[in-house]
Amino acid sequence: MQTPVATKRDMPFSQLRGEPSSVVSDDAPPKIKIRNLDFFYGSFQGLKSINLDIQEGMVTAFIGPSGCGKSTLLRTLNRMYDLYPGQRATGEILLNGRNVLDPDQDVNALRAKVGMVFQKPTPFPMSIYENIAFGVRLYESLSRADMDNRVEWALRKAALWDEVKSKLNQSGLSLSGGQQQRLCIARGVAVKPEVLLLDEPTSALDPISTAKVEELVHELKSEYTIAIVTHNMQQAARVSDYTAYMYLGELVEFGLTDEIFIKPKRKETEDYITGRFG
Amino acid sequence: MSSHSSVLGPGVTLGGGETGLAGAVTGAKPPDSPRDRMKAQRFQDALFHQVTRFFAFSVLAILVAILGSLLYGAWPALKEFGAGFPFSSDWNPVADKFGGLISVYGTLSTSFIALFVAIPVSFGIALFLTELCPPRLRGPLGIAVELLAAVPSIIYGMWGLFVFAPLFADYIQPLLSATLGNVPFIGGLFQGPKNGIGILSAGLILSVMVIPFIASVMRDVFEVVPGILKESAYGLGATTWEVVWNVVLPYTRVGVIGGVMLGLGRALGETMAVTFVIGNAHRISPSLYEAGNSIASTLANEFAEASSDLHVASLIALGLILFFVTFVVLALSKILLMRLGRLEGDKT
Repeated sequence: MQTPVATKRDMPFSQLRGEPSSVVSDDAPPKIKIRNLDFFYGSFQGLKSINLDIQEGMVTAFIGPSGCGKSTLLRTLNRMYDLYPGQRATGEILLNGRNVLDPDQDVNALRAKVGMVFQKPTPFPMSIYENIAFGVRLYESLSRADMDNRVEWALRKAALWDEVKSKLNQSGLSLSGGQQQRLCIARGVAVKPEVLLLDEPTSALDPISTAKVEELVHELKSEYTIAIVTHNMQQAARVSDYTAYMYLGELVEFGLTDEIFIKPKRKETEDYITGRFG
Repeated sequence: MSSHSSVLGPGVTLGGGETGLAGAVTGAKPPDSPRDRMKAQRFQDALFHQVTRFFAFSVLAILVAILGSLLYGAWPALKEFGAGFPFSSDWNPVADKFGGLISVYGTLSTSFIALFVAIPVSFGIALFLTELCPPRLRGPLGIAVELLAAVPSIIYGMWGLFVFAPLFADYIQPLLSATLGNVPFIGGLFQGPKNGIGILSAGLILSVMVIPFIASVMRDVFEVVPGILKESAYGLGATTWEVVWNVVLPYTRVGVIGGVMLGLGRALGETMAVTFVIGNAHRISPSLYEAGNSIASTLANEFAEASSDLHVASLIALGLILFFVTFVVLALSKILLMRLGRLEGDKT
């Protein structure tokens, strides 16, 4: 049962579907190419031979039950796991054709290129303005006026500007949860990354804030490549162009969101999506 | 047994017939009505409330009592020398002339040196233990730091006098004289007798003593910083230093300043170790190599042999000043925290 699937999974996605993609032309190289990625927490294998392409300018959603490795996969893309001894990844993750798992990779530069937003809002203990400026200052030295513009630009991108423009000097912690999360997205956007990783960005938010963040994802995808992990399948259906279903560290199915949700190829995917499992 | 039957309730005694009824009358209490139970709980709560309040207020009472007895004891000296007592550098038991400046200078300068050295070192220790250290080393190193805090101060004093001071005199003092001693303005601080005893030695011994306090508090507060907060900073491409300096430190500043205050409290009041190495000379000199005296060391040296009442009163007045200095330092730290908080922006 496993063998034909494994070979199928190795095929490029368009080939798997047996038709040229209408969304992405076949010759457009994917932004991120994941090949044979294994991930280990000590001796426990968290990811098993993942092969996946993330297309530029698209939203790719990762769904699956808790512990299936979707967050782990996200955290390999900016090598966040490097912070923790005992965690390691093997295989290839090609970002713009360069393997980010390469030991020579400048991890800090990588993370500046691949931004990340977490489950819970994590404003830094500083003013709203400084929250945005902090990341920018790490890699660019802007004049005061340019920095002001950048902060405004990022806050506008995150649809937060109108709510905070009169209180930029207040603490980031003074905002509501939904605003804090949008502040974190603005912070990620401000450094102009190429890829934005969202790790369950709305799991701590109320429905209205969730809707705002989802809208935001929609707006941002014209300029950024976005990967989002979510427990909420409606959310995956709403915001993403591609969806990957993962289970127990394996990539079960990957394809256009519409197809995954309407006509999944694998029984497991269908069971999960229809709520018969997980 | 009696509580058991009361739990089972009256039904048991009823079914038990004659003997059961007798037992119930003599041994078992009838079950409490809800109203009685509520009354009992109210009483317990009130009792608890009163007891804890008594404990809390007794701290205040003791503080006031200490302050009062210090004031009472110091009164003759304060009356004799007036408000100028803390600022007079006289200290002459023969002529019965006393002033606190020398001791206050000694206390403040040694404590300042101690913190000047200890804060960066402790920060480094805490940073290494929480962010950089391999997990295998984390436990042993942390315990070593804590053990350093448990060494009695007399040991530090003896070690300071017999081991540290000679080495300091032979190697470090000439080196400092030859380098820092030539720097304009601060050069004078590092010239003078190189015998390993004095303000600088006392300050350095103190720094060794306060490092474990500050470092372990810093480590503890660094450890409670949410991983996700640090990850968000790393996620922007920040280096470990940038994360710690810009995110971890502001996030933990209350705890860090608390740890520094803990260290400063120990440095200000430390008696034994300082007495061993400070030189116990009643004079103020521009050089940190010269012997001096701190409030605590003066008290330790002179209380037993204070002859005149004025001498005793002056020593108690020094204690009062130490109390006051500690209070001012604590107040300053609160103000510092408030200013740092304002820097971060309003919370509401």
